[in-house]
Order: sequence, then structure tokens, then C-alpha cells
Amino acid sequence: MHYPSPSNSHHKLYRFHGGLHLPDNKTQSNGRPARAAALPKRLILPLQQHIGEPAHPTVAVGDRVLKGDVIARAQGLISVPIHAPSSGTVIEIGEHPVPHPSGLPAHCIVIETDGLDQWGELPEPIMDFSTRDPATLRQRIRDAGIVGLGGAAFPTSVKLDPRQPVHTLIINGAECEPCITCDDMLMRERAEQVVAGIAILRHLTGAKSCLIGIEDNKPEAVTEMTRAVASSGQEGMEVISIPTLYPSGGEKQLIRVLTGEEVPSSSIPASIGIVCNNVGTAAAVADAVLQGRPLISRYVTVTGEGVGEPCNLEALIGTPVVELIEQTGGYSGRISRLIMGGPMMGFTLHDDSSPIVKASNCLLAASAAESPDPGPALPCIRCGQCASVCPVRLLPQQLYWYARAKDLEKAQEYNLFDCIECGCCSHVCPSHIPLVQYYRSAKNEIWAQEQEKRKAEQARKRHEARLARLARKEAEKQARLKKKKAVLAKKPAGKAKTGAPDPKQAAIEAAMKRAAEKKARLAAEGATPRNTRQLTEAQQRQIDQADARRQAAGKAEAHTEKPVAEEQE
Amino acid sequence: MLIAIVTISALALGFGLLLGYAAIRFRVEGDPIVDKIETLLPQTQCGQCGYPGCHPYAEAIANGEAEINRCPPGGETTMLALAELLGKDPIPLDDEAAAQKPKAVAVIDEQECIGCTLCIQACPVDAILGAAKQMHTVIASECTGCELCMPPCPVECIHMQPLPEDITHWKWPLPSEPEQERPTADATLATG
Ligand code: SF4
Ligand code: SF4
Ligand code: SF4
Ligand code: SF4
Repeated sequence: MHYPSPSNSHHKLYRFHGGLHLPDNKTQSNGRPARAAALPKRLILPLQQHIGEPAHPTVAVGDRVLKGDVIARAQGLISVPIHAPSSGTVIEIGEHPVPHPSGLPAHCIVIETDGLDQWGELPEPIMDFSTRDPATLRQRIRDAGIVGLGGAAFPTSVKLDPRQPVHTLIINGAECEPCITCDDMLMRERAEQVVAGIAILRHLTGAKSCLIGIEDNKPEAVTEMTRAVASSGQEGMEVISIPTLYPSGGEKQLIRVLTGEEVPSSSIPASIGIVCNNVGTAAAVADAVLQGRPLISRYVTVTGEGVGEPCNLEALIGTPVVELIEQTGGYSGRISRLIMGGPMMGFTLHDDSSPIVKASNCLLAASAAESPDPGPALPCIRCGQCASVCPVRLLPQQLYWYARAKDLEKAQEYNLFDCIECGCCSHVCPSHIPLVQYYRSAKNEIWAQEQEKRKAEQARKRHEARLARLARKEAEKQARLKKKKAVLAKKPAGKAKTGAPDPKQAAIEAAMKRAAEKKARLAAEGATPRNTRQLTEAQQRQIDQADARRQAAGKAEAHTEKPVAEEQE
Repeated sequence: MLIAIVTISALALGFGLLLGYAAIRFRVEGDPIVDKIETLLPQTQCGQCGYPGCHPYAEAIANGEAEINRCPPGGETTMLALAELLGKDPIPLDDEAAAQKPKAVAVIDEQECIGCTLCIQACPVDAILGAAKQMHTVIASECTGCELCMPPCPVECIHMQPLPEDITHWKWPLPSEPEQERPTADATLATG
């Protein structure tokens, strides 16, 4: 398939290893303009919509909330708040089905909307962002709850705070996965907003050069973006049409295509002075900074042969999936699998009452033809096709063997964590081996084991602390016993030694006498020593015990008149 | 001749002293292999291996007195890690160790607890809070799930609550395939 490229740039492009030419199936959903989805009766907002710590609810059941109000705050650095997408009442905070490959429910805030869609108070727009301190802008982006909208959902404010200087900002408009067209529509319809957001991101990163990469199967988006960039008057910002090749929208792959640079294994692009953001994220940043609006809606592609009229909707975060399906012609009866995301990297959605979350770019109601059952996996024939298509130059076959045998160390040696789970390898595998699932499983297992290790270390420390405590107690007990024994044993010997008073002992006795006199004097005056006034029960107990011990010792001594100092060998 | 003898003797003496000093100065505390083994054990301190805690079991393995397959909380993962560390062949888990239980934490029924402190004395990681005649409670984040606190409780008010599976702890399962087809680590190491 060849598309005439409207971009007249002569930017030199590079190739990444492997990749696949896939039928793109985009025309089904990008033929009509995106429209706003209807306001749902209920909005379901999972507390964990991003990578990092889940947000913590700041509302209670029964609270009335206005559109844009914070309903859950960020916990920790890598976290973002969540906002009410419309006005209404909080009716539940509890477990609810969410879009997650496990199909397990998770904690959500449920809002019953009141139909008024009434805005709450928003922070002041920051129009003169180029004169503002980057920290202020980053805080605004964080407060607006913005995460990477390309699918990873990593908090954007964190990504915009690289420790290395950044020379190039890359904007990802590649949208390489088949079926998905939400970024395409966003760029066509809101190019100005996207470019305004890019300008903010650029100011924040301080990047000299800014490259916007769009696959050449989206000529309308390339035209619109080129026009918007030209009219924004931004220097050094360039829209570049790149060849359509899956997965050119992978962060490291896009960087390779546009700059020729390779991000080193297990490093982030910032390590070579590059930051990459998605076009949707740029649009959200523009909203947050220039309008004060938090991230409460996004473009979602609803497509596949399983729905009546595939199209793009601008949906509020939290809208149940089933309502979006209903607004796009309903299920057509040909659906065999409902997928959140695209055909290559998406996952099966187990429950269509799950909501759209910040990272949801596409709902694919796939027919049997669109999502064929690969059939049972056959043994690997070591054909090597997987390695020839892997865009990261990994050895998928080796990774598969090690993941399968649970040899996690070896899998890591073969750079398991560089795998972007693009699915190219399993797509071409003649034995239909679900390779990516092996890698995901192995990655999860490694993370779980690391967590176990930390817990084990903690338990070991606590156990050792306990053993030390017990040993100390035992030693103290032994010492006391020994002392008592010694006292008893020395009784007769003591008698023989009467007479010569030790000077030390005399001094101690004198001091004790003085203290007793002072105490008596104070008691006579009705005063008690200050530091014994507000004692806790435990302290009082300790004092009583000490007194008792002292008395006992005193009695023993009266018999022996033996110097105390010598008893403690 | 005499000079040679004297020189050699002096050298021998000098090196002897040096070595003796080095042995004292750079002495390695503890037994490194025991420590290495111990870091692989789950530290649940449950005693199911037949030793009174993970450290004694680590010592027993180091001394060659115990097999590497006796730790139920660690399961196959720990066995494989031990095999790798010690250069031994992986062996199937001990019968008792093979029956892995889901992860759980102890919960004290606060209505029933009589404050006898017996469970505190049993807990190897001091995960139980309480004082005499006070209600006791388990710090869930510290509890290793060893179950040692259950038998001593005179009113049987401690039970184990399995940790719920949630999206943060969920793991992608390995794709299902007939068990006999799955290679052991052994076979793969040989081929890879
Ligand atoms: S899923 Fe991973 S191993 Fe397979 S082709 Fe993609 S990057 Fe390579
Ligand atoms: S493509 Fe499939 S069969 Fe071929 S080497 Fe890779 S895993 Fe094996
Ligand atoms: S069975 Fe495992 S966890 Fe329990 S004490 Fe023995 S080594 Fe530690
Ligand atoms: S509370 Fe009970 S189960 Fe938990 S670590 Fe302590 S003794 Fe073991």
C-alpha cells in the first residue's frame, strides 16, 4: 500500500530491525468525524489508572462533586490524582470490574451523574507559560492527572523531569497498531491544540529540536499538523511522515526512525537526551496549562466487525464500555472477542461494564475473522522467523525456552526486559506459540520474586532482632542469677573481712546519705523531685521494681558489708 | 651456605607472620556459603523444613546434612535457586513441600483474644502486638504466614486469611500446555 506523502520535508529517515507490514484496518473507523459520547448515568473511576502508586480517595459516599474536582489524590512521586469527569454524587467506593488482563475487579469511585455537567472551580490558565518556571508547569501537569495517553499511562510530569539535558523532543503520532485511529482523528481535528501542547512540552524539556513522527498512512493528519506547526511559528519543529511499519510507534523504534539513534538496552530515551511523548498527551497538556482543565476525557476508537458503526468518540474517563458500544450501533452479532487496545497488543476485556480509563485508546469488537483462534501451539521448529521480525533484535526463541523452563536468570541475560511485547514474534511463529504471554509471565514472575526477596530480607532482619532480644534477656537473667548466687556464696567470706572500710564504698554511702537527707528534707517541705511527677504506668513499675531490688540488695549487704563493686566480676 | 639458610629462615618467618596477621586482620565473619544459601530462603521461619528456622536449615544444607527440597514456602523456585547456587541437580520437592499453600496472613479474632501473650512468644518475626491481658493484633505487613502462632493459642482465636488476589499482585500465567511437554530447567540448560 502506498500513500503519497504530503510532507515536503527531506528529513533523513532510518530503519529499525524487523517489524511487520500489517493490514491496517483503519478506514473502518476514521471515515467520520469523532463525536462526543453521551453523558453516562454512572462514571466508574478506578483508583489505579496509571503506572505507580494508586490514587487515594478524597471523597466519601454521598459527597456531591463538580466536573473537574479532585476525587482522589496522588500518593507518592509516581502517581497522579483523579478528577470527576462530570458533576454528580459519589454513590460507591468499592470493587468494580476494570479493564485489566486478569479480569479481576479493583477499587473504583462510582459517580452518579446529575446531567448538569457543571464545572467546579478550575486553576487559573497559564497563558504565558514560556516565562514560567518548569517546576510550576510540571506541578500543573501532575495536578491535572496527566499520564502518557499512548498506552503506557506513565505519569507525564515525571517523564518531563529528566536528569540529563534533553536535545530532542519526539512527538509520537505514529499510531502504528492496526484498527486504532484515535490519534489520527485527534491530529486531524485538533491539530492546533496538539501543537500548543507540544510547544509547552518543548519549553519544559528545553529541547532544541522537535520531531513529530506520523506514519504515512495518515496523510490528512500529516497535512493538518504541518499546517498547524507552520501557523504556530515554532522554529525547529518538524512534522515528518514516516513509512508505515509496525511497530514504528514503539518509543525506541520511533526514535531510531527519526534520529538514527539507538536507546541502549534497559535504559530510557532520556539517557541519550531524548524525550518522547504521544500526541494525545500533548493535547491534554495544552488543556491543563492553557485552560486549567484536568484530564477527564479522551478520544477512543470503537471498531471491529462486532459493532454496527465503527467510529471515534470523545468519551469521559469512567464511561462504561457497553455504553460506548451502544452509541456506535451496538453489537452486530459477529463479535467473538472484545479487546481493549489493538489486535496486536490489546487484551481481552472480560466484562463490558468495565469503564474507559486514561490509557484506553481503542475498543475492538473483533469478529472471528479479525481475531482468529491460532489453534493449539505446536513445538518450536527453531525456524528463526521470530528473531528476524523482532524490532528490538532479541532472540525470541531463546527467551521462550528460558521463560518456559522458568530459568528467569537466563531470560534476563537475553534482555527479557527490553521486549516491548509488540507481538511481532508470535504473529509470524508458524507453530502458533503464544510467545508474548511467556514473556509477560516471566516478567511478572521476576517482579514478584524481587518483591518476595525484599519481604524475606525484612523478615530475616526482624527474626534476627528478635533472637538478639531474646539472647539479651536470657543473658540479663543469667547475670542476675549469678549475682544472687555470688551474694549467697560470699556471705560467710564477708564476715571475715569486716573492719577495713573501702574508700569507694564510703563515698557511695556518703552520697546515698546525702540523697536520703535531701529527699527527707524535700518531703518535709511537701515537695517531690520533679522528674517523678508525670510517670507512665510502665515507668512507675520499673521504679518500684528498682526500689525493691535496691532494698533486697541493701538487706543482703547489711549482712555482708562486702563492697558492692567487687560483686560484679 | 649459612647466609642462605638464615635468609630463607628469615623470609619464612616473615611470611609466616604476614600470613598469620592477614588471617586475623581479614578474617571472614561467618560462613559465606551459609549466608548465600540463607538469602535464597524465604525467611518465613516456619520450621517446616525440620529445622528451627531458615538459618539452621541453611547451615544444614551447607554442611551437606539436608537436601535442598525441604522448604514448602519457597517451593520449586527456591529449590531451583539452591540447585543453581550449589551446582546440584534439581530434585523434585519433598512430598510435604510440594503441597504449596496460597499466601496467607494470621488474623486474631479480637473478640475472642484473652491477652495471654502466648502467640507473641511464638511469632518468629515479632509481628504480633499486644501486652498481658490486652487484646492482641497482627501487623499484616510483617506477618510471614508461618502459622507458628496458631497452635499455642488456648482459645483458638487465630486463623490464617489467604491474601486476596488483586490486580497489583496478579501474574500472567504461563500459557497452558501439557505438563509432560514442559521441559525441566535441567533439560533446557543442557540444550541452551
Ligand atoms: S514481543 Fe518482544 S520478543 Fe517478540 S518481537 Fe516484540 S519485542 Fe521482540
Ligand atoms: S517463530 Fe516460532 S517456531 Fe520459529 S523459532 Fe520462533 S518460536 Fe520457534
Ligand atoms: S521451611 Fe523454609 S521458610 Fe520454613 S523455616 Fe525452613 S527454610 Fe525457612
Ligand atoms: S503472626 Fe503468626 S503466622 Fe504471622 S509471622 Fe507471626 S507467628 Fe507466623
